[in-house]
Amino acid sequence: MIEIFGMPLSVIAGQTMLGLVNGCFYAVLSLGLALIFGLLRIVNFAHGAFFMAGAFGAWMLLRFVGIGYWWSLLLVPLLVGLVGALFERTLLSRLRGLDPIYGLLLTFGLVLVLEGGFRLLFGSSGQPYPVPNALKGTLQLGFMVLPVYRAWVIAAALAACALSWWLIERTPLGAQLRAATEKDALTQSFGINVPRLLTLTYGAGIALAAFTGVLAAPILHVNPSMGSDLVIVVFAIVVIGGMGSMFGSIVTALAIGVIEGWTKVFYSEASSTIIFVLMALVLLLRPRGLFGREGTA
Amino acid sequence: MKATASSNIALRAVLAMVVVALVLVPWLPQLVYPVFVMKLLCMALFACAYNLLLGFGGIMSFGHAAFFGSAAYLTGLAVKHAGLTPELGILAGALGAAVLGLVIGSLAIRRQGIYLAMITLALAQMVYFIFLQLPFTGAEDGMQQLPRGHLFGLIDLRNDTAMYYLVLVLTLGGMALIHRVVHSPFGHVVMAIREHEPRARSLGYPVERYKLMLFVLSAALSGLAGSLKALVFQLAALSDVHWHLSGDVVLMALLGGMQTVLGPAIGAAIVMGLQHYLDAFGAWVTLITGVIFMVCVMSFRGGVAGALASRFNRPAADAPTSNS
Repeated sequence: MIEIFGMPLSVIAGQTMLGLVNGCFYAVLSLGLALIFGLLRIVNFAHGAFFMAGAFGAWMLLRFVGIGYWWSLLLVPLLVGLVGALFERTLLSRLRGLDPIYGLLLTFGLVLVLEGGFRLLFGSSGQPYPVPNALKGTLQLGFMVLPVYRAWVIAAALAACALSWWLIERTPLGAQLRAATEKDALTQSFGINVPRLLTLTYGAGIALAAFTGVLAAPILHVNPSMGSDLVIVVFAIVVIGGMGSMFGSIVTALAIGVIEGWTKVFYSEASSTIIFVLMALVLLLRPRGLFGREGTA
Repeated sequence: MKATASSNIALRAVLAMVVVALVLVPWLPQLVYPVFVMKLLCMALFACAYNLLLGFGGIMSFGHAAFFGSAAYLTGLAVKHAGLTPELGILAGALGAAVLGLVIGSLAIRRQGIYLAMITLALAQMVYFIFLQLPFTGAEDGMQQLPRGHLFGLIDLRNDTAMYYLVLVLTLGGMALIHRVVHSPFGHVVMAIREHEPRARSLGYPVERYKLMLFVLSAALSGLAGSLKALVFQLAALSDVHWHLSGDVVLMALLGGMQTVLGPAIGAAIVMGLQHYLDAFGAWVTLITGVIFMVCVMSFRGGVAGALASRFNRPAADAPTSNS
């Protein structure tokens, strides 16, 4: 048995993999958060609540309608994204031009509404969601045992990141989006419907969060408060990475996930605080964030 | 000017009546439950202390429960494990909160606006996890059965009436201090920074130092509120450091009116009353709090105090122009 600092390799590899899975959740969530922030200038506090709504959506579809995992993976992001777009169109868009703090407060109110609502409907205790049959079992890699579902989560999350990158950087729609991020008034004067673009972006960001929620449903217990604890961690990651580049925020999220996993092996008492300590360090040494651009504070 | 003067007199008259009513509370237990009023006073002080930072400094912290809760735990530690008298316990709590405010504040003011809100939220979450793990905090159960002790070794605080007057005096004192700070030269510089930071900087004011001092002051007074709450309920619990409370205090400031010194106290009364009467309905409290939050943000951004001020045709004192 190979050991590193007194820990067997299989334990370290296992925690690295768990950390990567968490890092993937962080990555897709912070990607959506950065997307929304870039265009709408709003910190979407409700991101975690929509993640929770995604997990509950998959659970409800299975429980009440009998729709399985694969269809959920497609339907839930669409439905929840639609709800998000509706929220943006009817409420959030009215706060445009005000202090961005109000956007944060409105979405915080939505967190309380969603959490309270789901708790009223389904209680605080967790609901189990089964791993789909096709993804059950484990892979024997020699130095560690890899559950197939977790490998799938990593692949699916990275694919979602890659798809988002392609949409934003390589399509005409993405070009409009980037233009509106830089100069929204100018973009509007070229005849591009910026308000619709904002609604679309918010919906897409929410759909990403809901997609992550469906991915997480079989791993985490589906419960009303699963999102808010996560979103605070994602906020810290956004501060660490800076919201300057997509690639930067994805890399930061994955790295943070792995570091968190290793902390569980070597000093488990600090595993829940390590991310915030890292954030404090980054603020001391490089206040604008690792990948943040000058003047984007 | 004449209208302003007469409404000022009216305001003073209302304030005087509120104070008289508060003094009479322990003698009218059939009307209101004094312990509930004590909790309300603590939260009112907390909300006003928080608003010192948000309303007058324009700095939005989303982690103020960290100061409230840490002070509660420190007071608990002082009176229960160190056997100190209550006044020393309160002092320990408020000073501890001030030191924590210095640490969190100096990190947070390196960024501005929503980043600052996210940073304070994250650091407060770290404080929450630390208290969850520390051996003396009793984790999920909290620190229970804190002795109230004898104030200065003389006055027995196990008597609810004595405890009530201590809370009343310290709360009113804290609010008077906040009022004094807002209307001092220091307060004017802080508001100048809120309105136009580069200009204040170019006038030679050490902007960072002012922000940090305001942050520490707000944290210390929030801590005072937390210490008092711990003594009143003889309990320091995880809910005192939870982000839910940080959110509640933002709501109190917003609902009461963050452009005024005492508006947040009105907000605190509304929120606490709501939570008190809806307590039996469980998750409905969270849901309704959220709805009120959203309604306030959408169409009631001046808060109760702002609405009253415009009703009496008098501009709210020191209203920030950028937010309205």
